[in-house]
Amino acid sequence: MEMRKIKFTLNGKPCEIEVKPWRTLLEMIREDLHLTGTKEGCGEGECGSCTVILGGKTVNSCLVPAVEADNQELITIEGLPEGDKLHPIQEAFVNKAGMQCGFCTPGVIMSAKALLDKTPAPSEEEIREGIAGNFCRCTGYTKIIESIQAAAEMMKGDK
Amino acid sequence: MEEYSVIGKRIPRVDGRVKATGEAKYAADYEMPGMLWCKILRSPYAHARILNIDTSRAERLPGVKAVCTGKDFQGWRWGWMPQTRDEPPLAVDKVRYLAEAVAAVAAVDEDTAEEATELIKVDYEELPGVFEAEEAMQEGAPQVHDYVKNNLSVDFHMDFGDVEKAFRESYLVHEDRFETGRCITGYLEPPAAVALWDSTGITIWAAKQSPYFVYRHLADCFKLPLNKVRVVQPFIGGGFGGTKNDSLAGDFCSVLFSKWTGKPVKFVYSMKEVLMTCRRRHNMIIYNKMGMQKDGTITAMQSRVIADGGAYTAIGPLSMYLTGAISTLPYKLPNFKHDAYRIFTNNPISAAMRGHGVTHTRFAAELQMEMMAEQLGLDPLEIRLKNAVTAPHETVNRVKVHSAGLVEGLKTLGETPQWKDKDQGKGGEEQWLQGVGLSGTCYLGGARQRGHQSCGAVVRLCEDGTVDYLTGATDCGQGSDTVLVQIVAEELGLAVEDIDIKRVDTAVTPCDAGSYGSRVTVLAGEAAKRAAQDVKEQLAKVAAAGWQVAPEEIVFKDRKVFVKGTPGKAMSFDKLAKTACYSGSGAVIIGKGYSDYGIEVLDFERGAGMPGTSFSFTSQLTALDVDRETGFVKCKEMIIAHDCGRPLNPINVEAQNQGAAIQGMGQALYEQFVMKQGQTMNPNLAGYKMPLSLDIPRIEVIDIITDDTTGPYGAKEASEGAHVSAPPSVASAIHDATGIWFKEQPITPEKIVMALRKKKEKGC
Repeated sequence: MEMRKIKFTLNGKPCEIEVKPWRTLLEMIREDLHLTGTKEGCGEGECGSCTVILGGKTVNSCLVPAVEADNQELITIEGLPEGDKLHPIQEAFVNKAGMQCGFCTPGVIMSAKALLDKTPAPSEEEIREGIAGNFCRCTGYTKIIESIQAAAEMMKGDK
Repeated sequence: MEEYSVIGKRIPRVDGRVKATGEAKYAADYEMPGMLWCKILRSPYAHARILNIDTSRAERLPGVKAVCTGKDFQGWRWGWMPQTRDEPPLAVDKVRYLAEAVAAVAAVDEDTAEEATELIKVDYEELPGVFEAEEAMQEGAPQVHDYVKNNLSVDFHMDFGDVEKAFRESYLVHEDRFETGRCITGYLEPPAAVALWDSTGITIWAAKQSPYFVYRHLADCFKLPLNKVRVVQPFIGGGFGGTKNDSLAGDFCSVLFSKWTGKPVKFVYSMKEVLMTCRRRHNMIIYNKMGMQKDGTITAMQSRVIADGGAYTAIGPLSMYLTGAISTLPYKLPNFKHDAYRIFTNNPISAAMRGHGVTHTRFAAELQMEMMAEQLGLDPLEIRLKNAVTAPHETVNRVKVHSAGLVEGLKTLGETPQWKDKDQGKGGEEQWLQGVGLSGTCYLGGARQRGHQSCGAVVRLCEDGTVDYLTGATDCGQGSDTVLVQIVAEELGLAVEDIDIKRVDTAVTPCDAGSYGSRVTVLAGEAAKRAAQDVKEQLAKVAAAGWQVAPEEIVFKDRKVFVKGTPGKAMSFDKLAKTACYSGSGAVIIGKGYSDYGIEVLDFERGAGMPGTSFSFTSQLTALDVDRETGFVKCKEMIIAHDCGRPLNPINVEAQNQGAAIQGMGQALYEQFVMKQGQTMNPNLAGYKMPLSLDIPRIEVIDIITDDTTGPYGAKEASEGAHVSAPPSVASAIHDATGIWFKEQPITPEKIVMALRKKKEKGC
């Protein structure tokens, strides 16, 4: 089957790539674009490790065909820092012990970003809902929730 | 208490930044030019003889570079003890569990490799299988292995004091049957590796929680000396024991394919492979008998444990040992008898998981103690305080406790409003039944096994005053990299940022037993401390010579070096480093250290002596609601009063306790493989339910400081203890809510609804 050419914005920069029609967004990100920050856990849309933001919404990139990215804005974990400066969510996760093994972390941070982009001052319940699609086996979630609360505070200060 | 600069501080993880940015590379993130992909063909039967394997069609598929079967490993098998090495990399004569690895393919890409596995034709003769441990023990049951009788994989016995006499003299004796479920460790990173065989030997970048296990396995399997096996540790996406503390078909096949083809070979297991084939927690049946005096004093305990070992032995002997080794803690127990049987079945292999061995028998003993207390009219707190050990203490099986924070922990929980007011609002007809439960448990730290136990460390001073710390210990998420760097920084009077950790590369890092049994902070910590002190002593000599004082008078603090009580005699650490390295003909300053705690002889066969260097004590309160209509349990609150001696990094200790308690909660309430004739019916994360953010209670962690004299800076273990304490506190709380004792994990809504219905019928 022939390759499809798609164009999209990748972490704020224009990107043009040829992909096989059956390729998943996750395969394109990890194997074609070599951005390995996005992880594959289950490959079935359950664990949330592959969460990225496509068109302003979080998606499990293992379930989405790569061609869906055409004309969209795609944000991966690599797109969050500004140069050497961590995004406030990343900074909060570092300071508040929001990760342990770190495998789920990029996906959780992307879910947190999508949440805070829409709901800058979320309640604890909204945070729990916002990351309900992300498994974490290490932290028991408490420190993840605290990290997102701290990030929301920091981002409030930024504005 | 000495004032520390770095130890005891809430310092962010040293690997936090690379993990938050996605820069941290895990095994599956590695790729190399010309790399091949390895895929495994797995058995469709749980028990079958392999009659023939025809690989010719697979070999002819374009893109396929090699195919291997069990015979290519020439009869090599591995296992934890010499007499239990029964597991081949690929099945040879027969398959013993469903989805056991049978053959493997190396191809130019993943899809081709996958396709080729489907072209391998295996002729099987299906054999009758056996899937329940108690059935497998019976005479005439299908035999999983020929080398043992009645499927007895391991038996382990302890006998201390005189239980029969004690039971005769007891006021109350209880006998109950308990059962623990079939759980998976639950790491999200599937096992993966990239292997390369070249003229230097084997190099493998593998997702291993204890890289020195696979290092030895590969050397043995491929008949290479250890200095020709290089295991490089990427970041590890969770371990929790079992699979990532062992080797896998994928490891051996990838190495073999690289040897044959000269190309790097990669494999990544799918989550389905993880859930169907990777090592899981033993399902155990515990027949427990306990004796008590009228005042609640425990007189004796006898446990008969039957564990479903699955198809191979793996680390089973240690699992069985651990079911009994610390049953004599945390409550005084003068008479104890223990008989544990690990039984082969045609289920996937059982092995270690966080809270290894202890979680099963402690669940049984905790519940039984409280059931008996209820009969005697004693409350759950009172019975625990009555029997709790205090330090110093030596158990009947010669386990020595140097520090014990159980009484303080329990009393702390007893003072909380959650405990004091627990009966308020009870007895109504509301939909939600409220319950509050307790547990008090113990776990070993600084675990020792048989064989190699020591940890090593090398601290290398760079001439600009920065420091490299080389460790053989692996951080699979627990935070040990951070704590170990803190230790080096503390000793040298530096900041964490001044130390760079060099993670495991068996070609350069010192050998280490591994990350299991809560041993890293205690043992690798001791090694790190000694190696840093070695550097400090070398530098102190240089400084002392310059200032003409004794080396003992030199202090290292806040990146400075000075003579104690003489403010004029001071210089920066980096200046001293330069002076030391450049003076005269120059010097290269390297410090080394290794741990030697716990080297007294252990009687492993009889379960006597120290299984670890020290013991953590965890007191846990769980508050929950039970929906009387649906049986659904909502955990609302957990308070964990945890004695880890001294938390070297309190935020990480909190995080460890929280994560462990939630893993334990999952085990208590819903985690369960559904098995049907050896087949895992729920091999995906939708069907195998682990806790999500919506399921968790508020968790408060209270540090009980006991400063154990055997650990670095007073530290003991943190994390496995709270996994052990969670299930009994949850079961105790469900009993408090419903009046029913649930003795089988997981305590699912179905079980609760049925039991409530039965209770109501009886009540009418």
